[in-house]
Amino acid sequence: MNMYGTDQRHHILTVLVENKSGVLARVASLFSRRGYNIFSLAVAPSDNPRFSRITIVVDVESAPLDQIVKQLDKLIPVVSITELDPAHSRERELLLATVEAGPESRGQVIQLVGVFEGKIVDVGPAHLTVMLAGAPTKLDDFEDLIRGYGIVEMQRTGRVALPMLDRADHRGQPATGTADTTEKAG
Amino acid sequence: MELTGAQALIKSLEMQHVEVMFGLPGGAILPVYDPILDSSIRHILVRHEQGAGHMAQGYAQVTGRPGVAMATSGPGATNVVTPLADAYMDSTPLVAITGQVATAAIGTDAFQESDITGITMGITKHNWLITDVDDIPRVVAEAFHVATTGRPGPVLIDIPKDIAQSTMTWYWPAPADLDLPGYRPVTEGDPALVMEAAELLLAAERPVIYAGGGILKARAADALRELAERTGIPVVTTLMARGCFPDSHPLCLGMPGMHGNYTAVTAMQKSDLLIALGSRFDDRVTGKVSAFAPGAKVIHVDIDPAEHNKVRAADVAIAGDCRLVVEELLLALEARGLSHSEATRGGRGGSPSDAVAGAPAAPGTMAERYPRERLAPWRAQLGAWQERYPLVYDQQPGPGPLKPQFVIECLRDQTPEDTIVASGVGQHQMFASQWWQFDHPYTWVNSGGLGTMGFAVPSAIGAKVGRPDKMVWAVDGDGCFQMTAQELVTASSERIPVKIAILNNAYLGMVRQWQEMFYEERYSEVYLSPDLPDYVGWAESMGCVGIRVESPDDVATAIDKANSVDDRPVVVDFRTDAFEKVFPMVAAGSSNDDIIVDPSLIGGSRP
Ligand SMILES: Cc1ncc(C[n+]2csc(CCOP(=O)(O)OP(=O)(O)O)c2C)c(N)n1
Ligand SMILES: [Mg+2]
Repeated sequence: MNMYGTDQRHHILTVLVENKSGVLARVASLFSRRGYNIFSLAVAPSDNPRFSRITIVVDVESAPLDQIVKQLDKLIPVVSITELDPAHSRERELLLATVEAGPESRGQVIQLVGVFEGKIVDVGPAHLTVMLAGAPTKLDDFEDLIRGYGIVEMQRTGRVALPMLDRADHRGQPATGTADTTEKAG
Repeated sequence: MELTGAQALIKSLEMQHVEVMFGLPGGAILPVYDPILDSSIRHILVRHEQGAGHMAQGYAQVTGRPGVAMATSGPGATNVVTPLADAYMDSTPLVAITGQVATAAIGTDAFQESDITGITMGITKHNWLITDVDDIPRVVAEAFHVATTGRPGPVLIDIPKDIAQSTMTWYWPAPADLDLPGYRPVTEGDPALVMEAAELLLAAERPVIYAGGGILKARAADALRELAERTGIPVVTTLMARGCFPDSHPLCLGMPGMHGNYTAVTAMQKSDLLIALGSRFDDRVTGKVSAFAPGAKVIHVDIDPAEHNKVRAADVAIAGDCRLVVEELLLALEARGLSHSEATRGGRGGSPSDAVAGAPAAPGTMAERYPRERLAPWRAQLGAWQERYPLVYDQQPGPGPLKPQFVIECLRDQTPEDTIVASGVGQHQMFASQWWQFDHPYTWVNSGGLGTMGFAVPSAIGAKVGRPDKMVWAVDGDGCFQMTAQELVTASSERIPVKIAILNNAYLGMVRQWQEMFYEERYSEVYLSPDLPDYVGWAESMGCVGIRVESPDDVATAIDKANSVDDRPVVVDFRTDAFEKVFPMVAAGSSNDDIIVDPSLIGGSRP
């Protein structure tokens, strides 16, 4: 199962916001009051301490992407929005899971982690905590496979993404609000 | 210069040329009230903070300047929530300032603490919780900038008590010092799109200009008039836009929407081009969206690009200030040979042909193929509808029931032409919008988007404060009046001579109408009472002149008497017919094609 639905359903917005208190609440409140669904949301500092970057995976079936972008852009602390088409971007996500790994299954779990190029980050008498970073679909596959052994706890970060590099037409399109190109709404 | 936060706040308001604010003090805002004593700013003490917010809205709607409301923390702040939501829906520039508990107490459920920035996040354009006294001047400057530019709207500044009490070195920020990296409102329209719009406009055969509140916000009434007259295209004015184009103008079709007149509604339905200027395809205008104006292409001009394609897909969507875009459009038309002629001016008293004839287009231009006569069949059709389906009511002389429409007509005819009218929400609001003749911008003050009962009395007071030179009448319902009437105490003590006409039908009339029409006359919780309260006694106890009118024959004298009072508010209790309904009507969720006209127009009888 893919928690993000089919690829056409999701779209990635990377949103540069002012690093001020309450910004995340503003973004979340906008999504909830306008009925836009979010698959995942990740916040991190940007290279400039004045700003943070929010990566939002939105459900474009809940509302047209254009509306989501424009409404988001109206939030005063939103500085710019870059829209990444999943077909033209590199998406990555991190998964941490504590898996049942008693004497009988421990070897198999370790093998599986090896095949997926994950890491064992903690070892207990009957459990292993494993880590895997990669494309979200790869994480989905991994999650399906380790479920058979018993997942005690699991966390996924939600995806972050950057545009593909190779060809010019694969670059992320600034959706709106980039300081030098587009003016934004009041 | 060392100032306390409170002094800096008031000084910042002075720097913003605030001349008046509306508010009511309390614990957390106490420090801020002290420097008001030494300030040039007039503070009007309200009786309920909701009144302060609506007064600030009324002030803003008639002056175009931001209204300022002030309240304490907790209940004071939450009382301002309704006006903020109202101002947000109607894009009214409003600056609310609320006290907050001291920073150390925030988050502890302290006495009169409420998370007002959290509560108002979704109903303000932006809000600020000040955490550093040095930020005060900058935040005030930012708040006024955000409230008044782009698509205007309400903002809120929350100031903790300890911040107001600490000291700072005074400064006033230059525009470049504002810290709003994500705020860049658009102003001018994309010229290529404006050209496209001009072409669509010249090709249309049944065009309608769909003028919304954005015309007033952008102060674009003159530009709109020029556009209409130069092209001969008729104009509908939404509830928020009444007055932006003169009702007396031969090209004016009046109000569209749920209770719009037949011609305005049907013109949009049958149109082949809607030129939406600062309007947002509100559901009260479109009716069932999928059935709205099915054959129309759409030019949509709005300063807020998020309005484009939100409800109705636009063929040409132009983000920009309505005035600037319409002016650009006029230049584009001129480039195509459709230039202005003074001779085309119609206006009040002008005959229809004045406004539609116009000067001939320059030969060899595209506009030559667009003589305004080309729209003659369309205007003839509109004229036929106007004649067939006028607004109607039937006022019998003598002691029979007093019709609310008759009261509005008398008021309209007995007051100066540029009288400001504020209204509540309900049947009386629709009657006022339908039967008043709005010939001037900024003469109609109402709660359009939120539909807030109780808006009339305080907003009329705010309007009168903003335009003391004008006569201000509120047209109110008996239900609405009871929600905010106490502000007449404010008006009496501050000597603000507003006049209130209560269309007292003893019912929550608009709800009653829906129950009559759509709930098989099962009237549930809509009866009020004609004489409980005693409106005249109540008015007098609040320091107003109170007048009661029961018969159509007494309407004119009562209005004359009210008009003659200039030193205090007047309340006229018009006992109107409880059975009168607002027509035409498009039932909620129905297609505008299924507009229900007054029964008498199709052979039925009237109550
Ligand atoms: C605060 C608020 N509560 C409820 C409503 C719903 N509502 C809309 S119109 C109306 C009746 C208004 O009654 P009144 O003021 O007497 O006006 P009338 O329709 O009788 O002219 C009501 C209850 C509202 N718009 N606002
Ligand atoms: Mg009533």
